[in-house]
Amino acid sequence: MLFDLLPPALAGLILESLKQTATMVVVAALLSTLIGLPLGILLVATEPGHILERPVFNRVIGTVVNLVRSTPFIILMVAIIPFTRLIVGTTVGTWAAVVPLTVAITPLFARLAEAAMREVDRGLIEAAESMGATPFQIIAKVLVPEALPGIVAGQTVTLVSLIGYSAMAGTVGGGGLGDLGIRFGYQRFMPEVMLAVVVILVVIVQSVQVLGDWAARAVNHRIARRRKLA
Amino acid sequence: MVSPVTALPQSLDFKQPLTPAVQGEIEPDGGNAAAGRVAVRIENLTKAYESAAGPVLDDVSLTIGEGHIHGIIGRSGAGKSTLVRCLNKLVTPTSGRVIVSDREITSLDGAALRAARRDIGMIFQHFNLLSSRTVAGNVALPLEVAGVSKADIRRRIPPLLELVGLTSKADAYPSELSGGQKQRVGIARALALDPKVLLSDEATSALDPETTEQILHLLKDINRRLGLTILLITHEMEVVRAIASHVAVLEHGKLIENGPTFDVFAFPKSPVARSFLSSIVAHDLPPEIAGRLLPEAHGDTDPVLRIVFTGDAAHDPVIATLVERFRIRPNILHGRIDYIDGKPLGVLTLIAGGLGERLPDVLSYLSSLRLFGEVIGHAVRPAAPGARRAHS
Repeated sequence: MLFDLLPPALAGLILESLKQTATMVVVAALLSTLIGLPLGILLVATEPGHILERPVFNRVIGTVVNLVRSTPFIILMVAIIPFTRLIVGTTVGTWAAVVPLTVAITPLFARLAEAAMREVDRGLIEAAESMGATPFQIIAKVLVPEALPGIVAGQTVTLVSLIGYSAMAGTVGGGGLGDLGIRFGYQRFMPEVMLAVVVILVVIVQSVQVLGDWAARAVNHRIARRRKLA
Repeated sequence: MVSPVTALPQSLDFKQPLTPAVQGEIEPDGGNAAAGRVAVRIENLTKAYESAAGPVLDDVSLTIGEGHIHGIIGRSGAGKSTLVRCLNKLVTPTSGRVIVSDREITSLDGAALRAARRDIGMIFQHFNLLSSRTVAGNVALPLEVAGVSKADIRRRIPPLLELVGLTSKADAYPSELSGGQKQRVGIARALALDPKVLLSDEATSALDPETTEQILHLLKDINRRLGLTILLITHEMEVVRAIASHVAVLEHGKLIENGPTFDVFAFPKSPVARSFLSSIVAHDLPPEIAGRLLPEAHGDTDPVLRIVFTGDAAHDPVIATLVERFRIRPNILHGRIDYIDGKPLGVLTLIAGGLGERLPDVLSYLSSLRLFGEVIGHAVRPAAPGARRAHS
């Protein structure tokens, strides 16, 4: 296997980096979902003509989201160092990388969730309104469940982007596979490490995509599927 | 109310405005709601958008009796959908009032409005079912929204599904259903909270004729069994004819005709109603006859009579009497019987040859039988021998 071709010390390093990458990606993904989904809901629902119509508020959060999204990650990471220190108490290490990763990826997920929820037929919202549903009930029972396949697909895109961003976490001493590849593969002229890192990342991204596609299909009832005959 | 009118000499062109005496006043209650309780009262409802040129709804007043199926028919853009959405305040009218089962909807907001909406079911042209929920889940939605307990919801779903004949499909998703089945789910969902009024917004417009008939039959059945008032928005006269007891005609945001379906069908007052009706009731003459018709009488013309038979008079030998007593030589051009709201409506069009000066007598004779007779034009006596029967 791959690890057998590498010296034991290197194999240990790779495992350590894998753990760091996993920590950064999983934690940032969870946080970005927790913050990004409500943000996406606000982006949709406060639009003119929607259930919580607030045009000014909508434009303000839309602008903030765009500002964050247009800032290159490497710059964002450095620019929000004071904020990072406020949150995790340090500006170095894996946890210090989680903060800028979350900040950078949340607006992306919010926009993807927003797009998915905007696709929900307005007739469904009207039907819920005609039943006397509150805006919150419409969000919880109509908007989010109906947009779930799109939201899950957006989640997959977000995860893959996160894995890419996490390679830059080395800048703040966050470690991870990308950092390992640069430090050993590039700076220490060990192309086999670089190769191992790239192969592992490809496998991870591929697995995330396959799982994400499967999950999106599993929650999608819009198209009739042929049921297995028992 | 429409009463059997005597001579109404008028042009054949229905697009021309009728005389005020014929058009008369549009009575909001169609002259019939006085008999029972009122389910919906619409008073001077107007809706105007800043962007639009004219108002979408223009001073509409309408009363819908409890337990009635009241059709509202109009061409697309006539304001029907806006009107129906004002009834549960999905659209806020510019002015006017809407009272549904003694509650003034137009004055409500927030929680009070949401509570009032639970008494008003609504079904839609495109069904508007949640794709993420099963049939049972969709029917459960209004119950969940109203805060009904899980156990109660489980108990209330099966009878609703049974009512619409979808018991076996409880666990199916909407994407696995046909259009007619989807609308049945929509109906079950709309009935889940035992509404007093059901709003139907073009509910059969996306369905094929056979399925339309089944859905209309179901609505009629529900109307009978539950005494539910149904407001039926449609652009198809056939839908109104099939189940509506009353019908209102909407054109350019104005209510131009309203009354019991049978009366509106038998004696349409407005050109729009006539054009809707011509698709069902044979009001249009065969083209070769229409081509020979003149609006005014001349020396060489015979009047063309249209006689509308309603109710009991249909048993009298009207034509025989016309021939014997008035010595007319009738040439029957067209005849047809339609059933509207379960009552027969006969329309007979004939050239009254040899009538001469006795026209007023004929019309008053028809009137005495409570038949509706009108002169729709004057046919030129043809020179061709084939049409000699019409005169002599």
